Amino acid sequence: MLVTNLEIVPGKRVGKHLGLVQGSTVRSKHVGKDIMAGLKNIVGGELKGYTDLLKEARDEATQRMVKQAETVGANAVLNVRYSTSSITQGAAEMLAYGTAVFLE
Amino acid sequence: MIDLAIFAALVVIGYVVGRILEARHYRSIREREQAYGNIMMFASRFPPTLDPLRQDLVAGSVVVSADYFKVVVARLQGIVGGRLKTYESLLDRARREAILRMKEEARARGARMIVNVKFQTFSIPGRKPGSLVGVEMLAYGTALLG
Repeated sequence: MLVTNLEIVPGKRVGKHLGLVQGSTVRSKHVGKDIMAGLKNIVGGELKGYTDLLKEARDEATQRMVKQAETVGANAVLNVRYSTSSITQGAAEMLAYGTAVFLE
Repeated sequence: MIDLAIFAALVVIGYVVGRILEARHYRSIREREQAYGNIMMFASRFPPTLDPLRQDLVAGSVVVSADYFKVVVARLQGIVGGRLKTYESLLDRARREAILRMKEEARARGARMIVNVKFQTFSIPGRKPGSLVGVEMLAYGTALLG
């Protein structure tokens, strides 16, 4: 499965457009990470726990999008975008979406 | 009185340690920017060459938090408005770090350029209303391989 945020694939032709596919996940932090972040808020710097948490969430959203693309018979997802929104304190939704196509 | 002492101590610790960490981070950023200088980045939607190339989505992200000193200064500056210099450097640092992590991923796959680069900023709210845990910077784009 080819995943890209370009709209064209050099050297390939889009044979079939299969519509929008998307994947999302909602994640929340755990208390331990919160305490560490509280300490880090004094001296500043990277919150590694949070970086990993959001990265994992984004990877999962992407995987779910790819899975959906597979079920509609696509072999590529073009023009992929990410979006993040906070639902409530301590929880965030990750969304990945793109256009599923069949490349020839 | 004790509250004030704790507050003052936190501001001083935040200022001293935060400054040292920021200087160290900037040094590391500049070094790596030199090292990854040969990977080109484009904001354009279409690749500069239409030769058949393999492509892959790459991304880099980082969550940063401000130190206590920066938060206090920003809050005071917020009264009169204007430039929040302490936050400018924080976000600049985060964005450049995110770019470097994206380039790192691109290089690991043998790419020489990244096109259609997009940025996204997401602030993580804390438990107290109006408080902030940190800010996530995301950079992503399509790496052209080979």
